[in-house]
Amino acid sequence: MRLDGKGLIDRDTPVRFHFDGKAYEGFKGDTVASALLANGVKLMGRSFKYHRPRGVMTAGSEEPNALIQVGAGDAMLPNVRATMQEIFTGLETRSQNRLGPLDRDLMSVNDLLWPWLGAGFYYKTFMWPRAFWEKVYEPTIRRAAGLGRMTKGAPPDDSERAFAFCDVLVIGGGPAGLMAALTAARSGADVILLEDSADLGGRLLSDGEDIDGVPGSIWVQEIRDALEETGRVRIMTRTTATGVYDGLTFGAVERVGSHQSHIEDLPQECFWRIQAGQAVLAAGALERPIAFPMNDRPGIMLASAIRTYVNRYGVTPGENVTLFTTNDEAHKTALELVDAGIKATVLDSRPGVSPRGDYRVIDGAQVIGTKGRRALTGITYRTASGTHDLETDCLGMSGGWNPSVHLICHLGARPVWNDAIHAFVPAENAVKGLHIAGACTGAFSTADALAQGVEAASTALKTLGKRLRKPDIPKASDEAGTTSALWSVEGKGRAWLDFANDVTTKDVRQSAREGFKSVEHMKRYTTQGMAPDQGKSSNIGALAVLADATGRGIPETGTTTYRPPFTPVALGTMAAGAQGKGFAPERLTTSHKAVTARGAPMIEAGLWYRPSYLPAPGESHWRQSCDREVNMVRNAVGVVDVSTLGKIEIMGKDARAFLDFLYTNMFSTLKPGRVRYGLMLREDGHVMDDGTTACLGENHYVMTTTTAAAGQVMAHMEFVSQVLRPDWDVRFVSVTEQWAQFSVAGPRARDLLNGVLNDPISDETFPFMQCGTARIHGIDGRLFRISFSGEHAYEVAVPSTYGDALYRDLVARAEALGGGGYGMEALNVLRIEKGFITHSEIHGRVTAFDTGMQGMLSKKKDFIGKAAATRPGLLEEDRERLIGLRPVGAVKELTAGAHLFEQDAEATRVNDLGYITSVGYSPTLGHFIGLGFLRGGPSRIGHHMKMVDHLRGVTAEVEICDPVFFDPEGGRARG
Amino acid sequence: MQIPCPLCGNRDLREFSIRGHALGAKRPEGETWSADWDDFIHNRDNPAGRTEELWFHGGGCSAWLIVDRDTVTHEVFGAKLASEGGQ
Repeated sequence: MRLDGKGLIDRDTPVRFHFDGKAYEGFKGDTVASALLANGVKLMGRSFKYHRPRGVMTAGSEEPNALIQVGAGDAMLPNVRATMQEIFTGLETRSQNRLGPLDRDLMSVNDLLWPWLGAGFYYKTFMWPRAFWEKVYEPTIRRAAGLGRMTKGAPPDDSERAFAFCDVLVIGGGPAGLMAALTAARSGADVILLEDSADLGGRLLSDGEDIDGVPGSIWVQEIRDALEETGRVRIMTRTTATGVYDGLTFGAVERVGSHQSHIEDLPQECFWRIQAGQAVLAAGALERPIAFPMNDRPGIMLASAIRTYVNRYGVTPGENVTLFTTNDEAHKTALELVDAGIKATVLDSRPGVSPRGDYRVIDGAQVIGTKGRRALTGITYRTASGTHDLETDCLGMSGGWNPSVHLICHLGARPVWNDAIHAFVPAENAVKGLHIAGACTGAFSTADALAQGVEAASTALKTLGKRLRKPDIPKASDEAGTTSALWSVEGKGRAWLDFANDVTTKDVRQSAREGFKSVEHMKRYTTQGMAPDQGKSSNIGALAVLADATGRGIPETGTTTYRPPFTPVALGTMAAGAQGKGFAPERLTTSHKAVTARGAPMIEAGLWYRPSYLPAPGESHWRQSCDREVNMVRNAVGVVDVSTLGKIEIMGKDARAFLDFLYTNMFSTLKPGRVRYGLMLREDGHVMDDGTTACLGENHYVMTTTTAAAGQVMAHMEFVSQVLRPDWDVRFVSVTEQWAQFSVAGPRARDLLNGVLNDPISDETFPFMQCGTARIHGIDGRLFRISFSGEHAYEVAVPSTYGDALYRDLVARAEALGGGGYGMEALNVLRIEKGFITHSEIHGRVTAFDTGMQGMLSKKKDFIGKAAATRPGLLEEDRERLIGLRPVGAVKELTAGAHLFEQDAEATRVNDLGYITSVGYSPTLGHFIGLGFLRGGPSRIGHHMKMVDHLRGVTAEVEICDPVFFDPEGGRARG
Repeated sequence: MQIPCPLCGNRDLREFSIRGHALGAKRPEGETWSADWDDFIHNRDNPAGRTEELWFHGGGCSAWLIVDRDTVTHEVFGAKLASEGGQ
């Protein structure tokens, strides 16, 4: 029911929204919860396990009951807290976890079975048969229990991620946080102030308290103006700090568009990563419920939440309100209700308590039962004089307050028990640089909050070396209230601790009885604290009941671990921008448009995209294209983009020594104009990478790395140069992006090239392994006579700007000569025919010895990996060493990843003698060929063995052969 | 977590990659296998507490750094350029 003259909502702006298909009206500033309460709707959801009717319990982000689905289609979000979702025109919301209408949920039959559905029921019951675990039990249970429904499709990528930096981060916009922000800003610090609700003020908006003689909400506005006046404070409302990370890095979620009607391009949420110099935590405290019998009916909520609904939203959740309390807090609620003209009765568990105003107090009372099917209609309570019934439509409960210690515990600190307030408070200096203020310290008066806010900011500012300018501390109530410990009330019926996961005091006691006495075990056995609210209202109560059941104290029982996030964060928000093409950057070569225009399917090579093959008209299978392209290179000429290989330009007077140290073989003897193949090891003696390095001039080299290892090699070179040889005069830079480089390979390669070179070449002027600058169509470029196909081949490089034009021109000229462009499949077959290795072979576990390149380890100089490569174990004849294979039996196919066995041996792990790394169909030879590693490899050449691919179910007889299948003398590349 | 790169200033952890203990900068002499080499490649202390480590600012200036930090609290005390011998 709405209250006249109360609330901070905008009564001039009515808003229509939908809940379960029905239209309701509220006002701008309402949450779904406050608007539904104003409309007399108390039933907002069904509970997790028993499907009991539930209403709203809190007015904040800790809400365990009123979880709703928001939105429609793939954008629908489950488990949104109705207490946080602001209403707007067009908002669609639905209740959750029901079969049929909310008020006649068919699954509520579960509630009748409650005596059997206690903790551990599923573990004990659904044990046999084992085959039913995944197929029957789990799907059935999952349908019956649970909260919101997931959507099937991917959610729209409609959120953002952002970064922010500040001198002082203030978490919490209540009195402590406001004073901290003001102190910091006036002292010259750049401040970010986070507040998780829509408005600054915290409890000041809920409690009818004056500060400096003005109502709390007016004072908040004055401070807000003062903060804005400093020009140093970024006020972020609707932003929840979700986690504390190392070095004062914070995560936060801002609701940017999710609280209002759709605005084009406005993100729904933004995930912030905030780096703070210092921080103040003013997160406040959460009121805790009391576990009395049948304490979960719609209409039963926190006493403080009732104050919030009355003062902030102008709504009363009932017309005849009862309050059950262990402390002074609920009396505040009674006074607010009376002020609003609502009847209030306080049942205070403490004897001898008298009313503070015009309401009735029944002291020494405990609620022992409630009634009302879909909403509360009455309660039964017990006093020294016996049990009594009381009619009521709303029951506010207050079991004291829990300081919000979550964030201060995110880096592993445990909170400390404070006997005076019967609650856990943060440990001293739990997070360096994060200072605490206000109710989260366990100091519950407004005066303390204001003073501690200034104090915490002062400490932060001192660390930052700022000159402190403290504001005056306003006058406010110093009443902190007293509380008594009452965790649960005995009586007939279940007493809920964790409303969200349907965990009762009975479950916790049963857990202790069955041996799950550690709080961590109890949590997992009962699922207490594992719902979306993460036990914000139930953790302390549950461990108090556990402590009682195990005969220990609360501090000895201890808390479970507090982990981020503080409130649920949609994965789509954390991963904002990372769907589809946002997942990883794409590196495209200059020939990308030309090859995709020809219908080439692209394959990923790291971040690069390269053409798999270039289909010709009439080709329907990739093998047709691949075979044609291989034949083309062997018989005419082919063109392929090799720009993705790492290209590193090296200069300096120690460049030669540097290369000698990096490579196993000698480079200081390389003359200008010449290219050499080199092998690099890691310091542990295993192969890191291979490639060619060209000497372009005195002390000027250009190194190529494999596409896959370009980044690793670059970092390695930086390490060697900066850390191991800092005195050497050498500089290098990656020029991979700067040069477009194309391989032109085949018997007619030179004929093709001479058509584009300003100065034609011949075998005499440009022999095998020659390099130099060249003019290509008048453009200054580079030419290398190197071959990865075994054919007479060149690589021609031009500045990237000209890459597209040159590629198209080279392919057109190749086609005129009976050749054309080729792709990765053909490139792979060509190199396997030649026994050239790639990272399929040098996968990190092989040595130069294994690949047959032991001869490349120079004896005349030191190099990276030299000492380790001499270890006897790395030189044993029986190691898995590089070999070639071809099928010789009925099965003509080879598969990469298959393993090798003696023909008569069983194909099991103990008999495993090796494996296949690369395979391809060689159109040149007319059969499949492969490379692999085999124990004692070279000594088995000529042997027949068994190839077994357990994964694909292929077995074939193979002959072990030399890894070089084609032109072993290398005459074709030289000629 | 941030690392104070001597060239770039305080930078986010994600710009860096770690290589391990700073002893990795002390490559032994000698071209044949020895106990020193074994220690250099395989044997590292793994102290719980303050230690020096090699980090690479690959997402920034490409500098190799010797970072002084606490492996328990993750507090970073400082970073120096490895090319200057960590001085």
